[in-house]
Amino acid sequence: MVNDEPRELAAGSTVADLVATLGLGPRRIAVEVNRDVVPRASYGATALHDGDAIEIIHFVGGG
Amino acid sequence: MALDDPFVLAGKSYRSRLIVGSGKYKSFEETRRATEAAGAEIITVAVRRVNITDPGKENLLDHLPLDRYTILPNTAGCYTVEDAIRTCRLAREAGIGTLVKLEVIGDETTLFPDVAATIEAAKILVKEGFQVLPYVTDDPVACKRLEDVGCAAVMPLAAPIGSGLGIRNPYNLRIIVEQSRVPVIVDAGVGTASHASEALELGCDAVLMNTAIAGAKDPILMAEAMRLAVDAGRKAFLAGRIPAKLYATASSPVTGLIR
Repeated sequence: MVNDEPRELAAGSTVADLVATLGLGPRRIAVEVNRDVVPRASYGATALHDGDAIEIIHFVGGG
Repeated sequence: MALDDPFVLAGKSYRSRLIVGSGKYKSFEETRRATEAAGAEIITVAVRRVNITDPGKENLLDHLPLDRYTILPNTAGCYTVEDAIRTCRLAREAGIGTLVKLEVIGDETTLFPDVAATIEAAKILVKEGFQVLPYVTDDPVACKRLEDVGCAAVMPLAAPIGSGLGIRNPYNLRIIVEQSRVPVIVDAGVGTASHASEALELGCDAVLMNTAIAGAKDPILMAEAMRLAVDAGRKAFLAGRIPAKLYATASSPVTGLIR
C-alpha cells in the first residue's frame, strides 16, 4: 500500500524503484516503510515486500 | 529591516522579522509574489502525502527558490506526540534541514495547542537534534517549560489560528518577552497590519502569519503592508515609546504666550 492506495510492484522492487516509477526522483520527498523513515541513501538497498505500508510525503502550502 | 538589527534564530541571522505561511493562496505564483512582497526569509510549509495518482503535479517548492528562503516544515494537523514526531522525522529526511514548527493541536474548533503534548514532543525532538519552534498558548509558564526543554524559540499565539482577532493578551506577551532567553515569535491570530506592529512594539522578536495575508482581498498589497508594519513596530520598540498617561501634556511652550 502506498499512501493507502494499493500498488503492484515487480518482485524484488526497492524504494528506489518505486520512487522512479512514480517519477519522484528529483523531488523533495520522504519515504516511510512500515512507519520507519527510509534515509535517501538507503532507497536502493531497501527492498519492498508484500503488505508493506509505504508513506510518501512532500511539502505543500500551509501555515 | 536594518542590517544592524538582525533577527537571530537557531544560530542564523535574518533581516526580516516577518515569517509567512504558504497556505490558502490561489496559486503557487501568488504564494511566491506575496512572500516576496512580505520581504520574508522564512516560509512555513505543511507535510502531506504525495498524490500518487498524479505524482508529476507541480510542487510548491518548484516556485520558491531554496537558496533564498529558509523552509520551515510544520506539523499542522497533528493531534498526538507520535504524529508530530513522525512528521518532523519525515520532513528532515526530505532534506530541508532541522528547523521545525511544532504544532500539537488539542481541539478542533479553537485549534488551541495541547500544551502538555507539545512540551513532551519538543523534548523528544530536541534530543533528536531538531531546532524546535513550538506553537503554544500565550501562557508564560508553558513558554518557560518549552524554553527549558531546549526549544530554539517560543511561538505564543495572539488569538486562534485564522481568527484575525489580533493580540488578545498583550500583558501575557509582555511577561513572556521579559522572561524569555530565546526569541519570542507571535504565531497566529494576526488580522491586519496594526496587529503585527503591536506584536513587535511589545518586544516580540518576530511574527508569523498566513491567513492575514493569503485571505486578504489583495494578498500582495497586504503582504507589503505587513512588511512595513513589522518594520514600524520593531523601530518603535527600539526607539522606546513614551509612557501612557491619563492627562494631557502640552507640546508647545507654556510661556511667551501673547496677552
